[in-house]
Amino acid sequence: MLLRKAKNDDANSQTCLAGNSLRIPMPHINFLIKRQKLCHFSLHASLEAARKADPAAFEFAILGVMNVPLTSQTIEKIIRIMGGGDRVLTQKTDLLSYAYDASFGLFVPDVVCQVKSVEEVSEIVKLANEEKIPVTPRGHASGLSGGALPVEGGIVIDVSLWNDVLEIDKDDMIAIVSPGVITADIDRAAKKVGLMYPPDPSSSNVSTIAGNLAENSGGPRCLKYGVTKDYVLGLQVVTPEGHIIRTGGRTVKNVTGYDLTKLIVGSEGTLGIITEAILRLIPRPPATLSLMAVFGDIVQAGHAITDVLTSGILPAKIEFMDQSSIRAVENYHPMGLPIDAEAVLFIELDGHPLAIRDEADSVYQLLEKAGALRVQKAETSEEEEEMWKARKLVSPAIARHKPTKISEDATVPRSQIPAFLKRLRDIKHQFDIDLVVFGHAGDGNLHPNILCDQRDREEMEKVEKAVAAIFEAAIDLGGTLSGEHGIGIMKKAFMPMEFDHFSLEMMQRIKEAWDPNGIMNPGKIFPKPNDRLVLRQ
Amino acid sequence: MNVEEKTHLKKAEDLAYDCVRCGYCLPACPTYLTMKTETQSPRGRIHLVRMAAEGRITLDELSGPIDLCLGCRACEQVCPSNVQYGKLLELAKTAIQHHKKQSASPFRRFCEDVVFKQMFARKNVMNKLGGLLWIYQKSGAKKIAHMEPFRRLFPENLALFDKGLDEAKPPFKRNDGRRYPPAGERPVLKVAFFTGCVMEAVFHRINRLSIRLLQQVGCEVVVADKQTCCGALQAHAGEEETAKMVAKRNIEAFESEDFDYIVNNAGGCGAMLKEYGRLFADDPDWSERAARFSEKTADISVILDMLGWKPEKTLPYRVTYQPSCHMTNVQKVVKEPEKLIRSIKGIEWIPLNDPNVCCGSAGIYNLVHFQESMDILGAKMADIKGTKADVVVTTNPGCLLQMKAGIIKEGLNGRMKAVHLVELLAEACGIDSSHRGQTQG
Ligand SMILES: Cc1cc2nc3c(=O)[nH]c(=O)nc-3n(C[C@H](O)[C@H](O)[C@H](O)COP(=O)(O)OP(=O)(O)OC[C@H]3O[C@@H](n4cnc5c(N)ncnc54)[C@H](O)[C@@H]3O)c2cc1C
Ligand code: SF4
Ligand code: SF4
Repeated sequence: MLLRKAKNDDANSQTCLAGNSLRIPMPHINFLIKRQKLCHFSLHASLEAARKADPAAFEFAILGVMNVPLTSQTIEKIIRIMGGGDRVLTQKTDLLSYAYDASFGLFVPDVVCQVKSVEEVSEIVKLANEEKIPVTPRGHASGLSGGALPVEGGIVIDVSLWNDVLEIDKDDMIAIVSPGVITADIDRAAKKVGLMYPPDPSSSNVSTIAGNLAENSGGPRCLKYGVTKDYVLGLQVVTPEGHIIRTGGRTVKNVTGYDLTKLIVGSEGTLGIITEAILRLIPRPPATLSLMAVFGDIVQAGHAITDVLTSGILPAKIEFMDQSSIRAVENYHPMGLPIDAEAVLFIELDGHPLAIRDEADSVYQLLEKAGALRVQKAETSEEEEEMWKARKLVSPAIARHKPTKISEDATVPRSQIPAFLKRLRDIKHQFDIDLVVFGHAGDGNLHPNILCDQRDREEMEKVEKAVAAIFEAAIDLGGTLSGEHGIGIMKKAFMPMEFDHFSLEMMQRIKEAWDPNGIMNPGKIFPKPNDRLVLRQ
Repeated sequence: MNVEEKTHLKKAEDLAYDCVRCGYCLPACPTYLTMKTETQSPRGRIHLVRMAAEGRITLDELSGPIDLCLGCRACEQVCPSNVQYGKLLELAKTAIQHHKKQSASPFRRFCEDVVFKQMFARKNVMNKLGGLLWIYQKSGAKKIAHMEPFRRLFPENLALFDKGLDEAKPPFKRNDGRRYPPAGERPVLKVAFFTGCVMEAVFHRINRLSIRLLQQVGCEVVVADKQTCCGALQAHAGEEETAKMVAKRNIEAFESEDFDYIVNNAGGCGAMLKEYGRLFADDPDWSERAARFSEKTADISVILDMLGWKPEKTLPYRVTYQPSCHMTNVQKVVKEPEKLIRSIKGIEWIPLNDPNVCCGSAGIYNLVHFQESMDILGAKMADIKGTKADVVVTTNPGCLLQMKAGIIKEGLNGRMKAVHLVELLAEACGIDSSHRGQTQG
């Protein structure tokens, strides 16, 4: 572990910062680690001098296991900023508990600050910028691309306790929220006054709004309503230099100056820390109605989606399950799903009750015409719930097969769904992997999930190749690496596949302008030479 | 780490690999909600088990967050990846327990032995414990609580729980193997009654009411002789061997006759009885017998509902229900208690906002981790207060005590009371209407 981590850092940076005064060259540290493995207590002589110069910093260099080390003075300063040590975590078990997210890898921070105010964030970031300590913002760490992983150690800014503001302004149809507010709570609060916050990632009961904003998350409802960025009017942000800025405002229309709001949304915590957001709400549709259609042929199902979407009806959701997911669900919780079918579509219409009843009839006919073996309409809300249950059970059902689930979200233009499904089928056979496909078919955002066992090195090697092939297929078809999960560390190696040199460089220049010292969530999004996806342990 | 510790930890690690770290369990975990760090969350604990198995932290370091887990298994319920947290927790605890025994002082080992092997595992000692409580209450001899080895079990905080207790009866032999005939001519079902050690020692009156309710719906009830404690406290403390020992005794005791069901009224015990099958899954000599035992196990609410229990009286109460975690998460008995309560005329049913969050009682958690437990209880009481109920119904002795303590703490005595489901049902059919007088609060 030690050595692997060192390699990782080696690729990312050539020097390791120890406090404000001491720079220990990376090779020395590597050497030190090797020495440590050989002999725990003897230290390399050339580092003795460094130890004398700054003993505390040196100690952290050793104990901090290759992360950027913090001095005890720095920790003391942090505690002072945080008004005591209650929300400052430095114990080993705590640090290890903030070393992961829902993706892969283990990166141990030096300290975790559970912030609750913009002043705290600003002061800590100022300190970090001064002392060149990496800062990684973190919500509830449900991210699937490694955005919240402190890959270079340093400070984790945990915003998940900061959820005191959740204000709904009915007249302006906006919500003002603290960064740690849970996504689903916003929609629940809006519902009370007849409004809706549409973005609904499947993780909405745990994800924080800050995480959603940073990843520009989407969900099933986004087919009709768009993604997180379409609902952000304004933000308060602490820049990597510690300044508190405001972007946007409370109005839907706003063309004053550059649109920094949209720049921050989706920036994965690399351009600053979001400390408050003003969100747009819309009137809540009074009713929903769902249909389910079974297809014997997967490509036919793809065409059916296009037929519905070009008919003048825009459903709120169109979700898709392939044969493997159907079988997994039926196995897990028998509910009469057709296991011989190649695909099932779930469609939800929302709007005025009379209007959607009409629309449902049209959609019913369209699906039948498109070759559906069976179409079913949910007549009651119980039936509707039962229908969607099948879709919800996909995750637990497939989790039974194998412990590790690599959840991809490569996205293609709508028209390419059938072609993409075909490519995925080929990849499954070519690499002989356990591949299950389901997801938000309506917007081309499928979730090919690879089921595997992290401990099986050989299998993981195959999986790494298959993941690359999936990305290649998506980009070939005019799509993108990620529809909603973000790049983080999981996909950065593939960035050059999608962007040419200058397109990437413009992004990098923005990053440098905002974050001259490169302290804000370093190691994310931008590929380093020789970067590649490694899932093996 | 010795071989024993490693084996258990390895098994726990294998289960930990099922966790995809999605975090869905965070909002469900009471210790995460009150202690507010990932370390005290299911995801954190599972991860730390892996870290311990990989040798990155010691068992001593692991024991911190593991000890603070309530074992309520609310996390398991919401987990989309089927992580078997309950099993993982027990394995981790067993490894830790082995380790502690290695390093513990002989005195501490003695105390733990007394508590788990001798006190809870032996019914007669538990009966004496009931007697002890009686002495404690009668003589006001709080000194007992300060006597080793009871200090560990009853810290000064006992006084709080003590206030909520039933009048404990003087010691007498309670498990008598006696039979109780059905109300009708012929029995509809022949059931064995599982008394449970804490239930019998502290709330024996509720056991008597349970038997009468069962008789009333047509059961012949047998209080099977030689039955003992369910073993939950031992299993949850990592004392797997002791747990298995008592489980075997129970399996044997209830094989004495052919019962249709083995009925209990304590959510936590019932859950443990339901898990005997799993406990002995790898033991060819016992697996079948254990599985049969677990299959026959049923909570009293299930039997009463199945046999069409009917209330006779109108009770003008505003009622809320705090389900026992293990009843919901392990036994999966959810609908029956609600159905029974709501069938009573006059009752206004006010559900809690978060019924599935543990009340913080969790076996002896509230005695061992008093402050943490009180924080969790504080959150629960806020929810309960919001209902403005005058009766809080529970289905487990620990929860009942905790609710009573909560009511006292919040100064709600006189305006709100906590009762076991059985007490309410008994009152509703006039079996015993004095329970309002007997319970304080
Ligand atoms: C089972 C499962 C299902 C999922 N389903 C969906 C889905 O349907 N749609 C979807 O889009 N995503 C989905 N996700 C991914 C994930 O839930 C989202 O990316 C979510 O937005 C992450 O929120 P979080 O609070 O967990 O953030 P984290 O994972 O903690 O962080 C995510 C990113 O946000 C940054 N960040 C956190 N707080 C701040 C802040 N205050 N300022 C700036 N940056 C910050 C972090 O640095 C990181 O880069 C799913 C994940 C899982 C595990
Ligand atoms: S819900 Fe299950 S899989 Fe997700 S983090 Fe919790 S235990 Fe792990
Ligand atoms: S058992 Fe209860 S307290 Fe323990 S981790 Fe699970 S939810 Fe939290």
